[in-house]
Amino acid sequence: DCPGTSSAQAGRAAACQGCPNQRLCAAGAGAAPDPAEAAELRERLRSVKHTILVLSGKGGVGKSTFSALLAHGLAADEAKQVALLDIDICGPSIPKMMGLEGEQVHQSGSGWSPVYVEENLGVMSVGFLLSSPDDAVIWRGPKKNGLIKQFLRDVDWGEIDYLIVDTPPGTSDEHLSIVQYLSATHIDGAVIITTPQEVSLQDVRKEINFCHKVKLPVIGVVENMSGFICPKCKNESQIFPPTTGGAEKMCQNLNVSLLGKVPLDPQIGKSCDKGQSFLSEAPESPATSSYRSIIQRIQEYCDRHHFQEEKII
Amino acid sequence: LFSFLPERSNLAGVRHILLVLSGKGGVGKSTVSTQLALSLRHSGKKVGILDVDLCGPSIPRMFRVQDNDVHQCDSGWVPVFVDQDRSISLMSIGFLLEKPDDAVVWRGPKKNALIKQFVADVAWGDLDFLIVDTPPGTSDEHISTVEALRPYQPLGAILVTTPQAVSVGDVRRELTFCKKTGLRVLGIVENMSGFVCPHCSECTNIFSKGGGEELAKHAGVPFLGSVPLDPQLSRSLEEGRDFIQEFPKSSAFPALTHIAQQILDGTSQRSS
Repeated sequence: DCPGTSSAQAGRAAACQGCPNQRLCAAGAGAAPDPAEAAELRERLRSVKHTILVLSGKGGVGKSTFSALLAHGLAADEAKQVALLDIDICGPSIPKMMGLEGEQVHQSGSGWSPVYVEENLGVMSVGFLLSSPDDAVIWRGPKKNGLIKQFLRDVDWGEIDYLIVDTPPGTSDEHLSIVQYLSATHIDGAVIITTPQEVSLQDVRKEINFCHKVKLPVIGVVENMSGFICPKCKNESQIFPPTTGGAEKMCQNLNVSLLGKVPLDPQIGKSCDKGQSFLSEAPESPATSSYRSIIQRIQEYCDRHHFQEEKII
Repeated sequence: LFSFLPERSNLAGVRHILLVLSGKGGVGKSTVSTQLALSLRHSGKKVGILDVDLCGPSIPRMFRVQDNDVHQCDSGWVPVFVDQDRSISLMSIGFLLEKPDDAVVWRGPKKNALIKQFVADVAWGDLDFLIVDTPPGTSDEHISTVEALRPYQPLGAILVTTPQAVSVGDVRRELTFCKKTGLRVLGIVENMSGFVCPHCSECTNIFSKGGGEELAKHAGVPFLGSVPLDPQLSRSLEEGRDFIQEFPKSSAFPALTHIAQQILDGTSQRSS
């Protein structure tokens, strides 16, 4: 079994004996990005204007929920072309959230076709490559990285204004790989999602640390599940208490922007399960106004970024 | 007389090993792991928790021992005891980090190496239960942990989900993982199942309801129970308090202790 060209065992494992690439791998060639590959990715991603990564150190804080709503929010402008790429290989939530469960990927001469929700909103996820909802993707890192590369290289996205990348929790293969592969284009920045409690924040600080390490700008932090208003008596409960000051304090300490706080709303989960946009389903919800304001701030960040780039040219 | 003692594996004194899994992140795996440990302790058992979430290790803080260090002994690493009682011991990468905000940015192979060490080199001593808390997914950590534990014949896995379809969708895949790796499913826990407003007692199904129970029925595995959202539980986890000891009247208490009881009943059935 090939240990993988970027593995620590590359060229050194028992299985490497007799492999024509053994010398190359042992010399560390597998770890460095292949220049031909980098050029190929650069070409493919040339027509992407803005790239936004949605990250969190912590699972279950609402990354996919936010990615889906960000995609819907940006695609509301029919003149913009939006792409949503789901690189959570083991737990792909995006197809269900976008109402695309059961869709399959089609191949054409120019590559894989994204699955379109609207004319200007295309989606790609490993979920579209699985034939049953029970199918598990039990892959180690190198194989996951391979698929992520394929998603970037082989999907015919066309001209895109916004590429949103939804990620799994953590700071591992998927995150290193996406940053590495996307260095072929530029990443505007990362939006980091958290919930108010320290159990989340302690993981999110690590994620912000990761962003600094790989020189990924942090657009800002979104505090999700920030309080719950009882629909009956209208009193607020802090189900996930901000015992250490919540995202606000963390952002102050780490000098990153707090993009906004979104309260809990049972309609959010329902909309996700139904594959509908919560923003359209519950336009009057306080959570909707929070999300809209956050999406606007992200758009403004990207526009400023673009403007600065043009100035440099 | 001079006798040779055979080299004893560090897991030889552990009676039952169980894993806490979920395809989905943030559903309460670490919460269930800690509350199960606390409940079992209250039944007089000695429990260890092995935290193999290398990127997001939550366990140390949940027992207020996040600043503790790990020491070495002849047989390997000494686990961190939660209190003087020494009835709960822990191992987590959280204890090995120099700074708590340090990100562990490792690819699979490096993670696998540490997991093998965690399984083989922690001097647990005698335990009634070793609970293995995992990160979400079906990848390196899960494959390596199951492979390393296989010779010790784990009791099985508890799968945690929240009620909504997006969560259940991932947990279905975790069930497939268990089937493929020969890991017995002890049951499914439906966490965050409803919230009772402390002001007016109105129950709101913030994350929907019933998905975990339906999945258990559909998959033919035991349903271990629904745990409601409980701000006192969240707060206890934040502060590293013993929720089972301190809040027996809180809404999540009955469900959590019931889960532990079913696990205990399961093990006593096996031995008889």
